[in-house]
Amino acid sequence: MDFQVVVLAGGNSKNLNPLVSKDVPKPLLPVANRPVLYYVLHQLGQSNLKDLIVVVEGEDAALLVGGWISKTFVDGLHVEIAAVPEDIGTAGALRAISHHLTAKDILVVSGDLVSDVPPGAVAATHRRHDAALTAMLCSVPVSGSSDSGSSGGKDKTKKSGRYNIIGLDPCKQFLLHIATGYEIEKDSRLQKHILHAVGQMEIRSDLMDAHMYAFKRSALQEVLDQKDTFQSLKQDVVPYLVRSQLKSEVLLNGISQAEENGNEKLSSLNNQVLVYQILANASTPSFHERYSMEPDGSSQSRKTHKCCAYIASNSSYCVRLNSIQAFMDINRDVTGEADHLLSDTSSDRDNIIGPSPKLGAKTTVGPQCILGEGSEIGDKCQVKRSVIGRHCRIGSHVKIVNSVVMNHVTIGDGCIIQGSVICNNVQLQERVVLKDCLVGAGFVVTMGNEYKGESLARKEK
Amino acid sequence: MDPRRTARTVSDPKVRQVGFFTPAAPPDRSASDLPRQQDPIQPKSPSSTQVNDHSTSGDSLSPVMIPPPHHHSDTVPRTALQVTSPKTAVSCSSRTVTVPTKNDGVPSSFSPGRKIVTVKSPSSYPGVKASTVPASELTTVSMVNLPSGISEKAGGASVEVQNDRPVSSKTLKEKTYKAERRALQEAQRAAKAAAKAEGTKASTAASKVMTSANTKPSKAAKTSSQKNDSSQVAASEKKIGERAPEKDRKKDAPHPRMQYDDTSRVEKAKKRAVVKQTEVRNRVELFRHLPQYEHGTQLPDLETKFFELDPMHPAVYEVGLQYLSGDIRGGNARCIAMFQAFKEAIKDYSTPPEKTLIRDLTARISSYVSFLIECRPLSVSMGNAIKFLKNRIAKLPLALSEPEAKATLTSDIDRFINEKIIIAEKVIVKHAVTKIRDGDVLLTYGASSAVEMILLHAHELGKQFRVVVVDSRPKLEGQLLLRRLVRKGLSCTYTHVNAVSCIMQEVTRAFLGASSVLSNGTVYSRVGTACVAMVAHAFRVPVLVCCEAYKFHERVQLDSICFNELGNPDAISRVHGREDISDLDGLVNRENLQLLNLVYDATPSDYVSMIITDYGMIPPTSVPVIVREYRTPVVLVSDSS
Repeated sequence: MDFQVVVLAGGNSKNLNPLVSKDVPKPLLPVANRPVLYYVLHQLGQSNLKDLIVVVEGEDAALLVGGWISKTFVDGLHVEIAAVPEDIGTAGALRAISHHLTAKDILVVSGDLVSDVPPGAVAATHRRHDAALTAMLCSVPVSGSSDSGSSGGKDKTKKSGRYNIIGLDPCKQFLLHIATGYEIEKDSRLQKHILHAVGQMEIRSDLMDAHMYAFKRSALQEVLDQKDTFQSLKQDVVPYLVRSQLKSEVLLNGISQAEENGNEKLSSLNNQVLVYQILANASTPSFHERYSMEPDGSSQSRKTHKCCAYIASNSSYCVRLNSIQAFMDINRDVTGEADHLLSDTSSDRDNIIGPSPKLGAKTTVGPQCILGEGSEIGDKCQVKRSVIGRHCRIGSHVKIVNSVVMNHVTIGDGCIIQGSVICNNVQLQERVVLKDCLVGAGFVVTMGNEYKGESLARKEK
Repeated sequence: MDPRRTARTVSDPKVRQVGFFTPAAPPDRSASDLPRQQDPIQPKSPSSTQVNDHSTSGDSLSPVMIPPPHHHSDTVPRTALQVTSPKTAVSCSSRTVTVPTKNDGVPSSFSPGRKIVTVKSPSSYPGVKASTVPASELTTVSMVNLPSGISEKAGGASVEVQNDRPVSSKTLKEKTYKAERRALQEAQRAAKAAAKAEGTKASTAASKVMTSANTKPSKAAKTSSQKNDSSQVAASEKKIGERAPEKDRKKDAPHPRMQYDDTSRVEKAKKRAVVKQTEVRNRVELFRHLPQYEHGTQLPDLETKFFELDPMHPAVYEVGLQYLSGDIRGGNARCIAMFQAFKEAIKDYSTPPEKTLIRDLTARISSYVSFLIECRPLSVSMGNAIKFLKNRIAKLPLALSEPEAKATLTSDIDRFINEKIIIAEKVIVKHAVTKIRDGDVLLTYGASSAVEMILLHAHELGKQFRVVVVDSRPKLEGQLLLRRLVRKGLSCTYTHVNAVSCIMQEVTRAFLGASSVLSNGTVYSRVGTACVAMVAHAFRVPVLVCCEAYKFHERVQLDSICFNELGNPDAISRVHGREDISDLDGLVNRENLQLLNLVYDATPSDYVSMIITDYGMIPPTSVPVIVREYRTPVVLVSDSS
């Protein structure tokens, strides 16, 4: 379909400290015992998009991610990994791989998107309107806004996610305004000429930008070339394209130009014009066309491009893993209400326990739980709404509620863990009580300690 | 196509007269025809056709007023009939393309297109052949001989051959008078009655004697069995071929147009469909046979499959989406958009190994077409265009290399767009402008591209006239036209169709566009046109219909019921831009409420003063002449020679 897919997988996100580490970059962060990147790749693969470019920040992370992908999607996908330097932002990452982009349209997906919205829908909307940009919007997850305060004010993106302000035209097809957190805290500027051209704008704050975009390649490359200060797709490129849609500078030497050139070569120029005219007259003009014609009549004096929105239906699941809270939520949802994302959920029970885990006597595993293979749980334990990774050893009388326990974790007898994330290779000695804590990889919590709402991580040496 | 026609013949004559018809003309004619025809036909069934053909053609000459000199053209195909064997093979050729795919059960292939097919596709077959035969006989025959043998080996039985036969004979008939066909319809009706009475006897006889006329009763029987009217006839049909009736039915070359009130067939079609279609529950009784879907669900569903439809070319897919969402509408625009998509598809096409371009590309195009049909039923213009393209593909010389063939096809498409649409419109404009005088008040309805060009051109010529744009909900296409006219400086009046009787007093001419002009002069156009034409007629205002000749169709249609398109019912239950008018909210899904949003209607020729086409200004009674004379476009003949 002449679409190229770029997955921006990211690298070591600061927002997710201490969960991500050198060994576990953000794309490999387990969600229900699968790396978060799996969900995106799986979704794309299902849509028959098998040629992907995965952009990872940092060489090491790229190696790790590449290794994992080649192991997991051995025959299913054709994936190319591109490593880009850290901290150049999403726009920078695209700029770095810009010369690899050849297709007519580019689908840019964030690697941390866990969603069941088919990417084809975005692409089709994009094509149907021949837009320069199509953004997928989804409703803001309800749980995301509940502040458990566990991760404090570290996550800017989460905040801006909450304050997304999006302007749509009355048919909800075109994107008229998009603003993220920062701008709104001061003032939000609406483009008067856009408002004038459309006549009506619907301002929504219950939608958020899901970071799945379809770009017209020429437009995207133009913007990336011209505006080299742009760092982020979401905060710079997309708002810029939306802002300038009626004063387009991007498509000047894009496809439309090529078409015109083609026309002039034809001898029957007049007839071609007529054909286009008939085609144009047949469709209801959007405000773009009306605006471009306005001054005197027929001549297309003003360049415009279209920015479309695809609004995911309310029933579909769509969350970005960009904060600790989101991480917890996604883990809970994927095991719970959105379990269709786990493609191979074979058991019809509400919890997923492989054949290998050993459960001790009188141990109960509640609904919405996942136990990884090779894990052992002692006697009289309780596990509720939690994900436990592979090869964990859990002693007796342990209570794990609303938590995520990653791989190779050892938990001593009598521990109580609530609402916490415990990373790889952590040791909890006996009678540790954790509430709303984050325990970084390899940390050792000594016997009998109680923590509440803390982030525990090994000091970097 | 043939069964389709008989199906219509079978339908209750009372239903037919719904619409704008004065009760006098059509029933009268058929009543007078029927007894006359019945006599020669009933004894005929076991004997030869030729005699009968002559008699019917002679009989029905008068109603359509066809000039006599064409008798000799009538004889040419008949002699051809006797030599049929190569020609039957020709008709086999395009069928054999379908047979293997059907057996494989490949879902995306040709067969779905056939069954779901609405107005056009079935009829495209005979049409293709009709023009194939005379033009380049040598190549086609040589290429075809082999597959016809294969098909006989594969399918094998007499029934199949027999099924072919009527197609080929009909092909020839296409060259003969339309009036004759009309007569044949009557003949079929009579024959069917006979078949019903005689049951097995007649149809077994039919299977043995392979004249075209004889197959007709069995054909009629077939259609009736398909409609599940009479199990008796179906049983008799079983005896003919000693095969399962379903198999027969599958092989049956032109499928009847799908009747959407036949639940079992609809279910089957649904399984094949690319577009997920949820049927609307509350359909108006009279229009149950037309497809109507929940409009909300189609688009998102199709969108989600964007990347999953591998065989579909992106350009075709895009056009399909645009049809579905209503971004492209209007006969010309849809046709051009489709052809441009096909052009893209042909450009990117490469023949798979061990296949020939001619067959494979035809199948490919057919699958595209069936996809487009799922998005929105084809218009007559598109049907004719597709017929043209398939014909061109079939006629490609085998020796042609792939790039050459592709280049030929693209240039053919370009030429079609150019000659049949663009230049045609220019010619129409040239003709029509002569009918506009200073001081005229011209009325137009909806937004026809031809009418728009006429008005603009007349304005450019400096004629002083006023335009009344009549519009109607829900599409309000007239507003777009109005906008463009006003911008060009024409003085316009805008009104809705409700007020047409008031405004008609000052109108001096009515220019109307058309989706299609049928061979009985009926103008098939945007719903409301008939009403406007009738009012104009009542006010003695001349009604000039502007329609390109490629939109003409040999079909005869007496009402707007049997073929039509149902639009989105929600469009009429809501008022655009007035959210406060919500009287129907919550009522839409009530059992006892049925919403009808028709898209087209048929204007009887009585109300049409003149049809302006690229071949000149003609009275509606001359439409069959145009259809006959220019059916095989002049381009083709001159081209191949």
